[in-house]
Amino acid sequence: MDQPENVNQGTRRNFLSQLGALGAVAACGSAACSCSSGSNHEQYETGNKVKLLSPDGEMVEIDESHLRHVHKTVGVSREAARQGIPGKKFVMVIDLAKCKNARKCVSACQKMHHLPEDKEWVSIRLMKDSEKGSPYWFPKTCFHCDNPPCAKVCPVDATYKRSDGLVMIDNERCIGCKFCMAACPYSTRVFNWDEPVMSSELAALSYSPETSLPRKIGTVEKCDFCPDMIREGKLPDCVTACPNGVFYFGDENEDVVTNGDETIRFSQIIAERGGYRYAEDLGTKPRVYYLPPRDRIFPVERGLDGKSEELKERYMDILNPDKEEV
Amino acid sequence: MNLNQQQSEALKKFAPQIESFSRPALVWVYLLLIPMGLAAYALYRQVVDGHIVTGMRDHVVWGLYIANFIFFIGISYAGAIISGFLHLLKVEWRKPIIRIAELITVIATIIGPVYILLCVGRLDRLHHLVIYGRLQSPITWDVLAITTYLFGGLLFLYLATIKDLAIYRDATELKLSGWRRRIYKALALDYQGSPEQNKSLAISMNLLSIMIIPLAIIVHSVLSWIFGMTLRPGWHSTIFGPYFVLAAIYSGTGVLIITMWIFRKVYNLYDYLLDKHFIYLGYIMMVMAGAYGYFTFSEYLTDWYTSTRWDSEVISKLFDLNQFGGLFLFANVAGIILPIAIVAIPYFRKPGLITIAAAFMVLALWVKRYLIIVPTLESPLFPIQDSRLEYIHYSPTWVEWALTVGGVATFLLLFTLASKFMTIVSVSEFESEKHV
Repeated sequence: MDQPENVNQGTRRNFLSQLGALGAVAACGSAACSCSSGSNHEQYETGNKVKLLSPDGEMVEIDESHLRHVHKTVGVSREAARQGIPGKKFVMVIDLAKCKNARKCVSACQKMHHLPEDKEWVSIRLMKDSEKGSPYWFPKTCFHCDNPPCAKVCPVDATYKRSDGLVMIDNERCIGCKFCMAACPYSTRVFNWDEPVMSSELAALSYSPETSLPRKIGTVEKCDFCPDMIREGKLPDCVTACPNGVFYFGDENEDVVTNGDETIRFSQIIAERGGYRYAEDLGTKPRVYYLPPRDRIFPVERGLDGKSEELKERYMDILNPDKEEV
Repeated sequence: MNLNQQQSEALKKFAPQIESFSRPALVWVYLLLIPMGLAAYALYRQVVDGHIVTGMRDHVVWGLYIANFIFFIGISYAGAIISGFLHLLKVEWRKPIIRIAELITVIATIIGPVYILLCVGRLDRLHHLVIYGRLQSPITWDVLAITTYLFGGLLFLYLATIKDLAIYRDATELKLSGWRRRIYKALALDYQGSPEQNKSLAISMNLLSIMIIPLAIIVHSVLSWIFGMTLRPGWHSTIFGPYFVLAAIYSGTGVLIITMWIFRKVYNLYDYLLDKHFIYLGYIMMVMAGAYGYFTFSEYLTDWYTSTRWDSEVISKLFDLNQFGGLFLFANVAGIILPIAIVAIPYFRKPGLITIAAAFMVLALWVKRYLIIVPTLESPLFPIQDSRLEYIHYSPTWVEWALTVGGVATFLLLFTLASKFMTIVSVSEFESEKHV
């Protein structure tokens, strides 16, 4: 913390070492992603065996379903999770010019947080700013606002703002009044309407707001910027999962953000690329910045390639605006 | 206690009501237990299965329950008008309806908060509101205000009933079981009608009626601020506080008129609840209708005229007959125009028609609360890009309807039971009429 530059390099080294250790069971979430070959389903024993190199150098064969648990860190206590990581001010930059709705961020997030397929902490919206404008893909995380309307209204201090900028939820304190959901103008928060489906191992974990595990019925959840990963000096899973390097994550105090491949100056990219925060006029002061979708590297239609009918249907209002009139 | 002529007559008149349950009354109570039983089962399902059994989802996080909550707290204002304003203004004609009004207040204030509890996902953690309570949250304001209001209402009802309780205690002609007489004796606090006792009672009542007015205003204001303090179109409005307070007084008057009509009919109280009571309350209802109409017009005109994108989205849903337009039209015709027309035209100004207008108005105000909640929540800032229909449009499930009907049934049951415990018209009030 005294040498911010080094810490940042550490983050990057850690990230690279994750890539290097792709096969190691204890390594990282991306290992689980790549091994499960695109299947998003949250299941228990799948029957598919996967060969992996253990940290001791032995080849082992385990069920696919066990993969996703291992990278999960043991979260800090509820009290410790109220303290931000000292000296940090986390910030995210999302480059809209590079997003093609690959949805790897969504599925990686669901794996990381053991969410069912229909629960998205990160979602991708198709946005169109004006009648003449052309639509573009818009990945949406929690904005971790500096003036968070959600934390303001919480009657029990279950959702709170940390010194490092993160807005967190303590699911063991949350009473489920949903006031924060009504107060958040960005539809960020989701509710556990029924009992979350979890393996017995997950259910047996001792709860930590930093891992948000085990998940709890009748309480509110949302994107948390993966604080357990950050604490270990790693990047959130959506950042590392994105094939196009759309997400940059870093520390505003150090003025550096990285998408894993490229590390850039935060202030510089915001200034040069016209970075903005969504709905700035609401005064919520988000910690997520967007770079406008200028000179896009993919046509917007590419985002629908190979997607299910269900997914395509979501965006029909924007893609066929005439149809809506009927 | 010595009773005067009028009091003895009144007591004689009400004796059958409080002495025992007639067969029709028993049938009525059993009938009410059916929807209440269904509501209990619905509640059980919701507790066991989670809120998934309701129609609420991530966008429309509140639905019927919160509309019922506003509605019940709203009708509780019946007592606030009578015990607050009319008491301070020493309006004499209020006396026969004090008891009914106070009962509405207390019973509605007991039932209303149950609905906010139904919105809470973790009832097992309610104590967190106390041990981790944050004063910055409008929910905490609500908890404090409504609890105070409920105790204020209960206390007022109690103080206003003490004289009657002493009368029941001493009335040897009433056929009461021993345990009931003991309850009356304990509750009457040894009231004997001495001048000191009367004086302290009068002072307490005056103080309470002064306190209950600001308290009532605060209750519905903080309730409106649950919505007003959010960044949502149709909610984030500066007039929401007074708008809610007004609508509450308005619907409270309506429920008071309906209740009076029912008791007059069922208990044959034509000598006590006179036509003039309906007409005077009708005047109050008409004035409130005008004021409420003005607020409604002002609220929607400003949103519609400036037409920012987000506000317009909600407005367009309310104006579109294929969406909420039908309900919106009903809410305004039955909720504003009808009561004014019925009371303003002398030909229609009769208890029966005033009661019908009040009934439509009360229903319209319930619909209006629904229209405040649902269209706004269905119009988030980001487009809802979801193909699951239940996440796009709210539609209440049987669980929510069962608990709604169950709430109304509980209201009616508590009212029936209360009318068996105390006379529905205050017997002791006939005494002061003589002295004034």
